[in-house]
Amino acid sequence: MTFFRKIGAWVAVPLTAALLSAPVQAGPPKDTFVMAKDISDLITLDPAEVFELSGGEIIANIYDRVMMYEPEDLSTLVGGVAESWEIVDDGKGIIFSIRPGMSFHSGNPVTAEDVAFSLQRVVKLGKTPSFIVTQFGWTPENVDDLVVVDGDNVKITITEEFSPALVLNALSAGVASVVDMKTVMENEVDGDLGYAWLKSNSAGSGAFKLRTWKANELVMMEANADYRHGAPGVKRVILRHVAEPSAQRLMMEKGDVDIARNLTPDQIKGIEGNEDIVVRADPKGTLVYLAANQAHPILGKPKVVEAIRHLVDYEGMANSFLAGQYVVHQAAWPGGLWGALDEKPFTLNVDKAKALLAEAGHPDGFEMQIDTLNRAPFPEIAQAIQATLSQAGIKAEIVTSEGKTLWPMYRARKHEMMVAIWSPDYTDPHSNIDSFANNPDNSAEAKLTGVLAWRNSWQDEAMNAKVAAARNELDVAKREAMYFDIQRDLQKNSPYAVLFQQAEQTVMQKTVEGFVSGSNFDLVFYRGVKK
Amino acid sequence: MGNTILTVVLTFIGLTAVTFAIGRVMPADPVLAIIGDRASNEVYERVYLEMGLDRPIYEQYFRYLGELLSGDLGMSIMTARPVLTDIAIFFPATLELATIATLIGVFLGIPMGVLAAVNQGRWIDHVVRVFGLIGYSVPVFWLGMVGLLIFYGNLGWVGGPGRIEPYFDGIVDTVTGIILIDSAMAQEWDVFWDAVSHIILPSAILGSFALAYIARMTRSFMLDQLSQEYVLTARVKGASELAVIWKHAFRNVLVQLITIIGLTYASLLEGSVLTETVFSWPGIGQYITTSLFNADMNAVLGGTIVVGACFIGINMLSDMLYKLVDPRARG
Amino acid sequence: MNDATFRGWLLSASPQSVTQARCQRAYLGWLAFRTNPIAMTGLIIVLALVSAAILAPVITGSDGLTPTLENRLQPASAEHWFGTDQLGRDIYDRIVWGSRITLYIVALVSIIVVPIGLLIGTVAGYMGGWVDNILMRVTDIFLAFPRLILALALVAALGPGLENAVLAIALTTWSPYARIARAEVLTIRKSEFIMAAEAQGASTFRILRKHIVPLCLASVIVRLTLDMAGIILTAAGLGFLGLGAQPPTPEWGAMIATGRPFLLDQWWVPTVPGIAIFVVSLGFCLLGDGLRDVLDPKSAGG
Repeated sequence: MTFFRKIGAWVAVPLTAALLSAPVQAGPPKDTFVMAKDISDLITLDPAEVFELSGGEIIANIYDRVMMYEPEDLSTLVGGVAESWEIVDDGKGIIFSIRPGMSFHSGNPVTAEDVAFSLQRVVKLGKTPSFIVTQFGWTPENVDDLVVVDGDNVKITITEEFSPALVLNALSAGVASVVDMKTVMENEVDGDLGYAWLKSNSAGSGAFKLRTWKANELVMMEANADYRHGAPGVKRVILRHVAEPSAQRLMMEKGDVDIARNLTPDQIKGIEGNEDIVVRADPKGTLVYLAANQAHPILGKPKVVEAIRHLVDYEGMANSFLAGQYVVHQAAWPGGLWGALDEKPFTLNVDKAKALLAEAGHPDGFEMQIDTLNRAPFPEIAQAIQATLSQAGIKAEIVTSEGKTLWPMYRARKHEMMVAIWSPDYTDPHSNIDSFANNPDNSAEAKLTGVLAWRNSWQDEAMNAKVAAARNELDVAKREAMYFDIQRDLQKNSPYAVLFQQAEQTVMQKTVEGFVSGSNFDLVFYRGVKK
Repeated sequence: MGNTILTVVLTFIGLTAVTFAIGRVMPADPVLAIIGDRASNEVYERVYLEMGLDRPIYEQYFRYLGELLSGDLGMSIMTARPVLTDIAIFFPATLELATIATLIGVFLGIPMGVLAAVNQGRWIDHVVRVFGLIGYSVPVFWLGMVGLLIFYGNLGWVGGPGRIEPYFDGIVDTVTGIILIDSAMAQEWDVFWDAVSHIILPSAILGSFALAYIARMTRSFMLDQLSQEYVLTARVKGASELAVIWKHAFRNVLVQLITIIGLTYASLLEGSVLTETVFSWPGIGQYITTSLFNADMNAVLGGTIVVGACFIGINMLSDMLYKLVDPRARG
Repeated sequence: MNDATFRGWLLSASPQSVTQARCQRAYLGWLAFRTNPIAMTGLIIVLALVSAAILAPVITGSDGLTPTLENRLQPASAEHWFGTDQLGRDIYDRIVWGSRITLYIVALVSIIVVPIGLLIGTVAGYMGGWVDNILMRVTDIFLAFPRLILALALVAALGPGLENAVLAIALTTWSPYARIARAEVLTIRKSEFIMAAEAQGASTFRILRKHIVPLCLASVIVRLTLDMAGIILTAAGLGFLGLGAQPPTPEWGAMIATGRPFLLDQWWVPTVPGIAIFVVSLGFCLLGDGLRDVLDPKSAGG
């Protein structure tokens, strides 16, 4: 009997203790801000390489950029590390004067050398987002001459035709983050400009510094008490990787996290009655669109794509399983931003679609395949589209896959129809329009694999000219009108049907204040957060 | 012995070759995993060459084997760390989970199995039998979801997803990688109890499967032994029923049971993929799966090799033990 | 032939033909099976699954595929017995149609696994020598492979889809069958009737097909039935990870996966398919357990 009692004690003590200890935890400490988020996309934190949504958000809080949108006013582009700037040489050059008195987390002062080094480094490393600055005509060979230090100033020179407004906007992207040259070069290995080190470390001047990144577990940041706008409201920020929305919701209700970022619309409906929790919605620049490969013998007919635009139950989806997180948007530049077109000419109209299909020579429909991502809400969107397409006789088969499987196929033009997403790289319409509409060479050998128009085998010379003209236009009002015009053209003649724009719903404990989430994925700021 | 080593080596080569081949024919593109989907073709071609993907596949494979032999498993794309470092982080988490689950299975499953065998045909036997089969039939990911909802969400008895609350992260130095041990050694009892509250549910759910299997096999082995002549002899000689069961029959079952426990342990080490997914448990199963989805082939290969090695190692160990204890199996 | 005489024929002490002898064995087995309540429960569940699959068009009100967005997430009612899912489809209908998918997976895996396992196992056991050595090394490699991970990797390589999932499961399941078949062969290889057949000059293939395979079949079938639960769960696991059947196919594992976010507020969406998987796997387990008692008396009671 004593044997069993011993065993019982061994089992019972830890068990009871655990049962008792669990309810005692009253969530994270006051000075620690914990966020549940799916951060599985995070693969690097080097600003010269970051191109993922989670990474973009994190480096926005670690680094100051040359130009910035500040959380106090998300609609105005202001100087970040650059205090002021002057446009010279007929718009071909910009001189930035560096904000005095700033210092990096290491204590090193922020100088013009650091700014020039950061931009040159992006071009020399040549990682994916480098195109944002190489489109100005910068190459690893010439960038040392085109980005130069001049005393306390940095002068950049543009060799391609570009509106300076567009250039300034592009310098608010993640690649324009200013890194601490000394610290980075101290960690250089084999001439890699500190790339291997900076992937998982930080050397910035922003509101937070990186303490740990454990892939698929958490990212921990510590406040920079000497930040130029003053010390952040909390000492630590933790992004906790929780892939599962229902787990995020449970943790939210138990108070184990302060904010949950990936709840589904239906879960938010379920949580709304909870008085300790508030929900906020912030429109984002992310678009959901449908694209038809123009090399496909049937989908290549403009009337067929037009018919498909009338075979989507936009409102039905936006009011049911997408409610609150996606709104109907039908133009290629997201609403709420400068240059956005809000016209929505399409609704579900089966009769009209049937007529268009008949005109195109397919009165009885046809068969095709829709590819999409395998995470919500994409399979649901594809299924809803499948159902409405079938009303006009179009039989679609759905294949869902992971992004890493889907993109190679898309880039190789092997898809038929695709339901996908697109987020702008910076908040100028050129960012989207260039990819949606501009295809300088449609040949297979050109391999413009990053360009949406090329991926869908679509080229329109007149459209290419319009994109270039809008890009170079100096007059702001004229430029905006040109983008309206291009977006209307894309609604009539293009391989796309833009469907929805995302509105990110963030669920927060009532006590949390000062969380700022702007119109693009990298306009999320933690420094004002208090709880 | 030489034969065993040959088998192990061959199995290992087969294991790596199959995984390697799968990695190279996958539609997921490792280059895009690094550069993202919008990269231009110039960036793509450069990284493609850097990764040596233009070489013939056998050449890539032999290079990998060479590096493997010198202890280099390459870099993971997803975590930006050497795969070896990753494994040192993720494997202990799985080990912790699987060990506790196996312990639950052993300490509850064996008595249940013995009880059923002794009472063969009576209601208690049927209960154990059906319970064992139920353990076989429940989808673990579903049970995990429901368990989390009830015991964490509604009752608040256990901790939520993950190994530990993130604000406890970094308090305890990593020595073994097993949080329960590390925190106990550092005498950080807050961390320890937090880790306990997190591991209870996933290990209980995994453990219920181990329990089902072990109880079932124990029952079957015991029935075999109880019908042997020596048991009858012992009874005739007037040994008490308890002595007959535990001293005579059970002792003979033990050897077979060790094999079964070994197998269970090995299969839990790899079979925890779904449990880890549901509980956001940062273990090796989840590491391999997410790496697979992200075309991070070095990580998949490294993880598979470790799990495969455990599998082979545990199997060999229980084989050897078996031969050691049971002279009939020698030869 | 009336019932009584048929029964008499089945129970006759001196069977007149091979057919009669075989029928007798089957009938006696059935008599034993029938008295086992656990096994009968299993049989009833499996039969229910099969009839649901066959009668699906009759016993459902829809194809379970077409979304009805205005009818989403309804709780159970007289109209929708198990409620509706996130796209407004009737869950009862989807479960019933999904039984076809489950049966399809189970059948296809069996069709692939049994012949491969039998072939490799019997050939290895009968031929012995280097053939045995090579075949068993290959089998060992597959046994040593982490199964779920191999299945995952295979589906990732082949692309998502039901057929590929089945193929992946089959490729990771066959090895124990080869082992079992080989072990059986080794015990009967030196039997007199094999010797006799060899002496008569029968070809290796004929000996394998006529004498050895039929004897291995019983233990293979028992093992297969017991494995069914594992196969169904693996398929569901693949579906859960998004690698199995593609939407809108009502595969139960995929239904749980897409229903996960609804566990808290609309619990029936992921719960009903979970119960369906559980009941059917349990059915196969119980059936297999009973079958073993009947077909494989050596290990009875296990």
